[in-house]
Amino acid sequence: MTGDRERNRHAAPTRIWHWINLIAIVVLFMSGLNISNAHPYLYWGEWGFAPEQAWLEVPRFPGWMTIPGFYSLAKARDWHLLMAFPFAFGLLGMWIAMLWNGHFGRDLMTGKREWRWQAIRKDIFQHLRFDFSHGESKYNFLQKLAYGLVLGVLLPGMVLTGMAISPGMDAAFPWLLDIFGGRQSARSIHFLFAWGLFGFFVIHVALVLLTGPIGHLRSMTLGGDHQPANPPFAKTDTGDPA
Amino acid sequence: MSILMKRRAVLLGSGALMLGACSKIQQSDAGRGLFESVDDWHKGLQRFVRARDALAREYAPEDISPFFRGNGSTDPQNDGYPQHAANGFADWRFTVTGLVERPLSLSLDQIMRLPQRTQITRHDCVEGWSAIGQWTGPQLSTFLDLARVRDSANYIVFRCADDYTQGRYYESIDMIDALHPQTIIAHRLNGEPLPIRNGAPLRARVERQLGYKHAKYLTGVEAVASLDDIGLGKGGYWEDYGGYQWYAGM
Repeated sequence: MTGDRERNRHAAPTRIWHWINLIAIVVLFMSGLNISNAHPYLYWGEWGFAPEQAWLEVPRFPGWMTIPGFYSLAKARDWHLLMAFPFAFGLLGMWIAMLWNGHFGRDLMTGKREWRWQAIRKDIFQHLRFDFSHGESKYNFLQKLAYGLVLGVLLPGMVLTGMAISPGMDAAFPWLLDIFGGRQSARSIHFLFAWGLFGFFVIHVALVLLTGPIGHLRSMTLGGDHQPANPPFAKTDTGDPA
Repeated sequence: MSILMKRRAVLLGSGALMLGACSKIQQSDAGRGLFESVDDWHKGLQRFVRARDALAREYAPEDISPFFRGNGSTDPQNDGYPQHAANGFADWRFTVTGLVERPLSLSLDQIMRLPQRTQITRHDCVEGWSAIGQWTGPQLSTFLDLARVRDSANYIVFRCADDYTQGRYYESIDMIDALHPQTIIAHRLNGEPLPIRNGAPLRARVERQLGYKHAKYLTGVEAVASLDDIGLGKGGYWEDYGGYQWYAGM
């Protein structure tokens, strides 16, 4: 039982990073929408400067969605460039911490057995019935997949595409342009990944609300054990949550 | 449901609070000081991870974009510029002044007889768009060597001919970027004399920074120890009037 409790505890680095990252991401997203308004066209490749070359004309984001709440490229850049530091270095620190303390290998890394279609399908159907029971590990397969995509692809992708958009960083690391296929491709991916993170944010918050939000908030802030509770309308197969 | 609605109200409320806090922070002296330091952190980080003379990527001729967009001033009408344009900039002078031992005033013919550098580079506007063009002109370091720039010079100020909405355009870079091999005073774009929309007859190329640093319609460069007495003191037109970052490597 003690082992279970330890297993379900969020480690201090996780808790600290989670909240710093939340603030950074909200400011980066909202100031990013303001920056998008400066030139709401996205291109592939190295160059692009006019609507006829764009693969997407981005809608104009209203003031309530942006930081600051009115159009200002210069002020939005101030916020974006400020929060880039806690975001990028926080992520680096979180990766070092979760490799160091075993959080990644123990809770997030998937095993070969979890990638079987039968098991994945079972997990999906369980989720569709709002049954979020975990069984023995801290996270179920879909959670591992979501956190893996966010921590391993979307968040580092935001840092790297952000660097690839910077002419000064491109001179330091020209391979940034090669991995994304050019500066304008990097800019497009930066935008797409940002909305991918927004999608994660919506699902993440919804699931927290459905499975005992007060307990989640307490355990993500103070630590301590919290077993997510299924919502009352969940349809569990048996009494055994495994 | 009521818990959800309460939560939504709390979220909206804290969002509004944060937006309010953001604008308060931005308007305060401490906030402005913070954002100026952030600009320095980016400059410091980029220079820490990058060799002093690391080059911006140079592209192949087939990568050149079919058109090179002009932005900001694209057809200046002030102080005789249209007359200069009408006679092919035959009387245009480019001066090297300030903290130099031998001030210079050069004609375009003299500039074209200096050693030239040609580079195909990508131009990144702060707004987000990019274009690729081939630029030709002497390195800025060639002018600074000819004029024997003094050790006390810390910045090079680009002096321009165009008035934009608030006044005369100008920009500045420090000596690391001024002496960088790709920092050139360009007079040709894609093998042709510079078009007016791109800064005829002379424009700066500062390839590791954003477009607003690449001053157009150059009448000269001035070597200075400090930017405090130049314009409103922030080192450039957009820095003074628009609140943009002086270091524009990101």
